[in-house]
Amino acid sequence: MAPNSNSDSAVRIHLTVNGEPTDVLFASHKTLLEVLREDLRLTGTKHGCELGECGTCTVLMDGMPVLSCLVLGQACEGRAIKTVEGMALGPQLHPLQETFAELGAAQCGYCTPGFLLTAEALLQESASPSREEIKRALAGNLCRCTGYLKIYEAVELAAARMRGEDAQAGEETLYGRT
Amino acid sequence: MGAPDEKPPLRVVGRAQRKVDATAKVTGRTVFADDIFLPRMVYGKILRSPHPHARIVSVNTSAAEALHGVQCVLTGQDTPTPFGILPVSQDEHALCPDKVRFIGDPVAAVAAASEDVATHALELIDVQYEPLDAIGSINDAIEKPEPRVHDYGTGGNIHKTVHLEFGDVEEGFAASDLVREDLFFYEGNTHLPMEQHAAVADYSADGKVTLWSSTQTPHYVHRALARVLDLPPARIRVIACPNGGGFGGKSDPFSHEIVAAKMAMQLGRPVKITLTREEVFYCHRGRHPVLMWVKTGADKTGRIKALHFKTALDGGAYGSYGVASTYYTGALQTVTYEVERYKFQGLRVFTNKAPCGPKRGHGTPQPRFGLEVALDKVAEQLQLDPAQMRLDHLAPADSVTANYLRISSMQLGECIEKVVAGSDWKNRFRKLPYGRGVGIACSSYLSGAGLPIYWNNMPHSGVQLKCDRGGGVTVFCGSTDIGQGSDSILAYIVAEVLGIDPLRIAVVTADTDLTPVDLGSYSSRVTLMSGNAALQAAERARDIIGRAVAKELDIPQARLVFACGRVFDAEDPDRGVDWAKAVCIAEGAVGTIGTVGSYTPPPSPGRYRGAGVGPSAAYSYSAAVAEVEVDPDTGIVTVPTIWIAHDVGRSINPVLVMGQVEGSVYMGLGEALMEEMAYRENRRVVHKIPSLLEYKSPTTLEMCDVVTYLVTHPDPNGPFGAKEAGQGPLLPVMPAVANAVYDAVGVRIDEVPMTPEKVLQALKLKARGKEGRYGPTAFPEIDWEDPIRVRPPWAGGDGSALKEGAVGAGGVRVPARHPERQH
Repeated sequence: MAPNSNSDSAVRIHLTVNGEPTDVLFASHKTLLEVLREDLRLTGTKHGCELGECGTCTVLMDGMPVLSCLVLGQACEGRAIKTVEGMALGPQLHPLQETFAELGAAQCGYCTPGFLLTAEALLQESASPSREEIKRALAGNLCRCTGYLKIYEAVELAAARMRGEDAQAGEETLYGRT
Repeated sequence: MGAPDEKPPLRVVGRAQRKVDATAKVTGRTVFADDIFLPRMVYGKILRSPHPHARIVSVNTSAAEALHGVQCVLTGQDTPTPFGILPVSQDEHALCPDKVRFIGDPVAAVAAASEDVATHALELIDVQYEPLDAIGSINDAIEKPEPRVHDYGTGGNIHKTVHLEFGDVEEGFAASDLVREDLFFYEGNTHLPMEQHAAVADYSADGKVTLWSSTQTPHYVHRALARVLDLPPARIRVIACPNGGGFGGKSDPFSHEIVAAKMAMQLGRPVKITLTREEVFYCHRGRHPVLMWVKTGADKTGRIKALHFKTALDGGAYGSYGVASTYYTGALQTVTYEVERYKFQGLRVFTNKAPCGPKRGHGTPQPRFGLEVALDKVAEQLQLDPAQMRLDHLAPADSVTANYLRISSMQLGECIEKVVAGSDWKNRFRKLPYGRGVGIACSSYLSGAGLPIYWNNMPHSGVQLKCDRGGGVTVFCGSTDIGQGSDSILAYIVAEVLGIDPLRIAVVTADTDLTPVDLGSYSSRVTLMSGNAALQAAERARDIIGRAVAKELDIPQARLVFACGRVFDAEDPDRGVDWAKAVCIAEGAVGTIGTVGSYTPPPSPGRYRGAGVGPSAAYSYSAAVAEVEVDPDTGIVTVPTIWIAHDVGRSINPVLVMGQVEGSVYMGLGEALMEEMAYRENRRVVHKIPSLLEYKSPTTLEMCDVVTYLVTHPDPNGPFGAKEAGQGPLLPVMPAVANAVYDAVGVRIDEVPMTPEKVLQALKLKARGKEGRYGPTAFPEIDWEDPIRVRPPWAGGDGSALKEGAVGAGGVRVPARHPERQH
């Protein structure tokens, strides 16, 4: 570390954040996670370890999920970044946000932004992912509350709705078995 | 109290719906503590001990203070007042003044303009230590009374001992057809919330401190701050932010909260401290490692004639909740199956490791593991089906146990039947091919502790309700939402009583300036306690409003129905007013509409010393069947499916209960198979794995399928009959997996976690013709104090301890206790 990080040289980059052209000036050593949270105050992106171990800070870079704690801010020049704040269309929630809310797939909600964005990237690639494909796609995101099951079900339900189906949550999902 | 079947039929309670904060959580708008940025805010970092046990000789902060950007530096001299969650364990300092007790103990702190500067300044602080011998394990602590980790406790490095006897167990063993002794070890593990703890403190020149923190217990943090800052509580405001996962790990007042407040007071500007993931491992307060010895005496049908349980807890470096944890390792063994005579000996030691405390299940998963595996062995020896054996000897509803816990509703039988049927148990148990197996286990947990942490006669939970002219209702309650949905529960219950949409209700919680006290989100207490308080406040509002509306409509109040956003005549539903109008009528008649509600659990029948830990207004029950596959070449255990049935009394919102059950199974699976708070086996007691990568927890690839059954028979003490769901369903998972491993490959893994090495070792022993088992082989010799003896209710006891020299349960004269041991 620099003896005095205050004197750390600042860099300015231009990028697109949630569809909006953005100029941001920040200390050159900062990660994308820090730039988003501290310089752009987009605190919807969370951190769980800042070592690339938990997936909590996942954002989309040019449509691909990346761990924002492992990406240098400087490396984002000209890139398109999407965070959880950019998922909804105006006042309309993204289908994944709807189903996560509906099924209780967000308990404490701290890992939720990372899961939502990883799942969005999955559904961009595959309109009807199998349960196994969903598990593999989400294997880099840790959740300590849900046991992942409601998350799988929320992804499946959102996928069905995004395919245009009039899908509803299953009785067993909401009420358990009798 | 919520009668089981209220009229009109329930419209909100029992229906799956979104949480009141669901939209905020899926849009990234929920403000967690680290998301707070205040003008002029500076950043604090804490210097932590690199030694497990050492005296602090000197702390030189001059170089750090001289660094450009540093605002202030604190040391132990600035935080002289000790604190701790329990009144009997005020043994921590925000910064250690003279001694460090584990690697990670806080020593000094820096506030600076940026985290980077603060971190660099920490490196400039020169601390001279004089290392002391470190105490690294339970046996170490028992064998080495010196050097003492603390200068209080039972003696040496023993923090606490408990010895209770309910009936003469020796007589019970003599009357048993089968007596067996088993040893178990449950390794410690940690909560691992995805959110690292964070705190932001601010100080205003009028002398008020405000602290925002990721805490499950703002009320206790409030008390601790008042003590250590030496300020009147009325000048301190604690706001618990939504917790990014708690699981018990954010239930103690913490060093960083106090340091942030102290710095804010010195600087007159906001200070934020966010812990790194490594620091979260050091804060810990997780599952105690527990060594157990269990002696079970049963008749031919598997009825427990006598049960003798010994536990030894590795407490780590501080008291935390440890005295309660110790009692909890002996409290709930009696509430699932009838136990005729029961004896419990528990001991907690201090070691130089991160302090242990309450994790989901607090002190009960370890003995539950021991008990349920021991019963599996009893069933096998008696050639009984372990599911049927349990069914045959359930503790009855509406009864008092040998140790004076009052059971209200009890549906464990139905839980067992559900998972037995669902898993096709009868066609699979002992019938699957080698390498595959099924196992069953059961459990029970509190719906809130019967007594508060500091004893008093005030309510455990309070609610205030404000009814607005526009039809809005605001619920104020000190309860803290840690993701379990406690804010939503308040809204649903009030909405149900007042017959309005939950969306009309605003919920204000966990703010000591704004909300009446709720003791916190621990011991699965919130739905039952704050729910009952909300119920009372709402019923009082309904009464006030109903009286005014009845007068206005000129009908008897008893005929009014509050439903569908209206208040109307049951006999002529068109005759009525909408909710907002009803509020206005009442406000016109009696003035501003506000009510309060509060809840205190019923008194417990136990009156002996130690009877305060274990009682609850209601116990939840769970039964689980685990299916496992064991690879005999690698020892790897995989779990395809767990069937679990949970007696929740009534689901206020079933989808949230489902989430708690599935999340509990997940966390239990992690404990069963991989999670461990492990230290290097030398005297340095360095944490092996303080990172999310190396501390193994289940990902999507390890998580099993879960088939959940919600068993609902309303409990008379719960709001609308609801009991807890957040902790109980974790408990049967570990023993169910262990019993399934035995069914699969015939070896007993009497130790959690059941890692591949342990399974392989047991398989190798079995192949060599030895006992196919992995687990501890001895329980240390302890010089126990004489027991507190209490006759069980069926032996003429009244819940009090027998007087010295009185005639005991077995007709034996009880010897007087050694005078020097009395306390």
